[in-house]
Amino acid sequence: MLTFVGLGLYDLGDISVKGLEYVRNADTVFLEAYTSRLMGADVGAMEAFFGKEIRVLGREDVEQNPRDILDCAAAGRVAFLTGGDPMVSTTHADLRMRAAAAGIETSIIHASSISSAVSGLSGLQNYRFGKSCSVPFPAKGWFPTAPIETIAANLAQNLHTLVYLDIQNDRYMRVPEAIAVLEEMAQKRGIEPPALYVGIARAGSERPVVAAGTGATLKETDFGPPLHILAVPADLHPMEREYLETFAGL
Amino acid sequence: MTRRKKMVERVTELMDKPERIRNIGIVAHIDHGKTTLSDNLLAGAGMISEELAGRQLFMDSDEEEQARGITIDASNVSMVHEYGGEEYLINMIDTPGHVDFGGDVTRAMRAVDGAVVVVDAVEGTMPQTETVLRQALKEGVRPVLFINKVDRLVNELKVDEQEMQIRLAKVIDKVNKLIKGMNEKMYNDGWKLDAAKGTVAFGSALYNWAVSVPFMKKSGVSFKDVFDKCNAGDMKWLGKNSPLHAVLLDMVVKHLPNPLQAQDRRIHIIWHGDYTSAEGKAMVNCDPNGPACLMVTDISFDPHAGEVATGRLFSGTLRRGTECYIIGAAKRANRLAQVGIFMGAERIEVEALPAGNIAAVTGLKDAIVGSTVTTLLEMTPFESLKHYSEPVMTVAVEAKSMKDLPKLVEVLRQVGKEDPTVQVSINEETGEHLISGMGELHLEIITGRIKRDKGVDIITSPPIVVYRETATGSAGPVEGKSPNRHNRFYIELEPMDPAIVKLIQDGEVSMNQQAIERRDALAAAGMDKDEAKNVKAIEGTNMFIDMTKGIQYLNETMELVLDGWREALRGGPLADELVQNLKIRLVDVKLHEDAIHRGPAQVIPAVRSAVKAGILMAGDSLLEPVQKIQITVPSEQMGAATSQIQGRRGQVFDMLSEGDTMTIVGKAPVAELFGFAGDVRSATEGRAMWSTEFAGFELVPAGIVDEVVKGIRRRKGLKEQIPRPDDYLA
Repeated sequence: MLTFVGLGLYDLGDISVKGLEYVRNADTVFLEAYTSRLMGADVGAMEAFFGKEIRVLGREDVEQNPRDILDCAAAGRVAFLTGGDPMVSTTHADLRMRAAAAGIETSIIHASSISSAVSGLSGLQNYRFGKSCSVPFPAKGWFPTAPIETIAANLAQNLHTLVYLDIQNDRYMRVPEAIAVLEEMAQKRGIEPPALYVGIARAGSERPVVAAGTGATLKETDFGPPLHILAVPADLHPMEREYLETFAGL
Repeated sequence: MTRRKKMVERVTELMDKPERIRNIGIVAHIDHGKTTLSDNLLAGAGMISEELAGRQLFMDSDEEEQARGITIDASNVSMVHEYGGEEYLINMIDTPGHVDFGGDVTRAMRAVDGAVVVVDAVEGTMPQTETVLRQALKEGVRPVLFINKVDRLVNELKVDEQEMQIRLAKVIDKVNKLIKGMNEKMYNDGWKLDAAKGTVAFGSALYNWAVSVPFMKKSGVSFKDVFDKCNAGDMKWLGKNSPLHAVLLDMVVKHLPNPLQAQDRRIHIIWHGDYTSAEGKAMVNCDPNGPACLMVTDISFDPHAGEVATGRLFSGTLRRGTECYIIGAAKRANRLAQVGIFMGAERIEVEALPAGNIAAVTGLKDAIVGSTVTTLLEMTPFESLKHYSEPVMTVAVEAKSMKDLPKLVEVLRQVGKEDPTVQVSINEETGEHLISGMGELHLEIITGRIKRDKGVDIITSPPIVVYRETATGSAGPVEGKSPNRHNRFYIELEPMDPAIVKLIQDGEVSMNQQAIERRDALAAAGMDKDEAKNVKAIEGTNMFIDMTKGIQYLNETMELVLDGWREALRGGPLADELVQNLKIRLVDVKLHEDAIHRGPAQVIPAVRSAVKAGILMAGDSLLEPVQKIQITVPSEQMGAATSQIQGRRGQVFDMLSEGDTMTIVGKAPVAELFGFAGDVRSATEGRAMWSTEFAGFELVPAGIVDEVVKGIRRRKGLKEQIPRPDDYLA
């Protein structure tokens, strides 16, 4: 039995009751630690809270050598923990299909996801989001400009864009850097950079930071430690504007 | 040294009169007498004393060269010659004749407009005569001929006067045949060599005399005199009445083009940019006031000044402080620290160096041999230098003492910069530094130099043969999946058409040329038009073609796709050797919607494994380097010499007898040629003259291929089991 269990947004308290019960009764507990992180709890704290030993997985362990996970799931109850909601902005669909192909029963226990939390924190209406995108750390020979094109296409249809920020080992992209990269992409593609951004840090914590403003303003704003995420609003509805003025310093 | 100083003054005066400049190279088969010729030309022009010439080997500035009596690097020297009451500046490059150093010849030919081809009157044309002649014609460099060692015909072969003339005529015929065969158009356009017209001279470089038909008319010295004086051992008389330098340099001035004439023609061969642009016009016209365009053909290291870059300045003027850009390197200005010309081992600084000359400058930190250097921020680079030889042997080197390691790394970087035919790499697993070169001798010289000149004590492994891999059949579509399996790449593989391989090797097709030009050249050679249009990259003799249409995000992912392809080409699945002659078509792609999930960590391994698996499916085969061998021996030694080739998995395909000497032509794999030099010498009692030349890569015979592959895998620490396609595609 392979069950994907969402840990939610920030700390130990964000897992669902159903998820918690499953984990506490699981034979093996894996933690996928490369697509997202629970910033408010380290592995030691989780082990103490769940009363289980946790095996931390890197990208290779999941993508290239999933044999171990599948073997455990064939033999007993496996909890596969991920930050947020397990199947949102991850590529774990592949693992679930491999399990199914091996005749292993699978299920998902959901938790809150950043993609819905953003609407709550920013007041940008969930109905008005277009395609999402990610800003990756540029690498040698690779500087994709698709993100700014996605944003531009959404703006052209008067839709907001949710912009995920890259996580690589201990490197977390932050809002100011993401805006700088987006502006470079815009310049490269000859696109006007967005006029307004909403930056969000540590959603799900007791003190999330939410700030709306121009690129220039947000690049100077101190958002504090990760994780960060960004939204690019289209024309604001009066309710959205009031909300941002009230909660995000617009 | 006042004579020298005066020479420098005269040289500088002529530098900005292009119609009075001749840039020439001297090329020949090894031991046909290039360096002796160069030295005597210098002596005649007053650069070194006449008594010393022929002994001093002025051009051989490397200690090793003098000790071995062979020329390793091309050296440059400028001198002044008077003809028809006018002074002319001759910029001369002496090039190595040993085939292990063939790369230097290619580079020298880029810098010059004319070449004096030296051929030994007794030996006639040899394989390297052919190679260097081909290199000259390829670069649009016009040849004249000097038949050397004429005295040997008389004194050693004891021919009579008539026979002497017949033999000389035969040499001319042979060279003309070569020219005609290589480029019939040039041959018909007046490049045919003709003693009557004065494009051929005869003589003895060692004894410092030469004759040519026009000079005979002037001096009254006849072929009869030549025969009589040689016969009588009075070559001093010939030297006095028909001096080598006067005859040779007259021929050079009269028959070889000046930079104005040459560039108008050569720029169209060596540069494929826009001829109506500022730099295009300036180069065609050799304009000193246009943007500076320099092609670096040599880099050497001076203990005081650092890296010295030598090259041909096709347009503009260089001065100390001129800011240049190196095309293809980081866009930062390199300021010239010194500008000068070479006089043998010495560099002479000048105020300004105008177009049409061979420049020696310091301060070009980012330049390597082959770089295009310009005062413009951007320009189309020169055609890259084509080598007719490829590295066939590798040695591993390590510093004797660990503390020398950083120094060794720096020295290896320099070696790679100095000699583009050397490849320096690091074995990632063992950390060994590997040097690949063109033969045993080449590698001995390089490692010797590291020890002696660069002062780094190193331990050298025995040389190892460089193999290649290629596909012999076709395969596909092969599906390569990214680790997250959300990205899929579908490729088809097949061996590259030999005609296309040749186009790439000859530089007729490259990624530097305009896309339309490339498409037309490929289509003309029989490639499918759609394929020809969609070539995305060429690496060695491999090609990557994108046959997909309208796939979103593929464009920004293409560089990663090509990275994965290149990684696979660097080490084939069979023996982790370079892959060659492989054509790959990308026929379909599925990408993840989000950029992060189709990043380098996903795309590169996906493509790499598809290519590797595909090569296996398409019949991965091992190729070994083969050398052409030519041995000339007295008839009675023929059997001994022949068995030296046949005993080495070799093949003899021609035996030519000339008088009582036999020339045996054959080929043998490099793997069997270790110690060949010594063995041939002892088998023939030291009476063999021989040469080898790179002859390409050929399939390792089926009978031994398993053993060879196993040996390589063991040496490299790879699993003994050859991988199967599934190992890459899981």
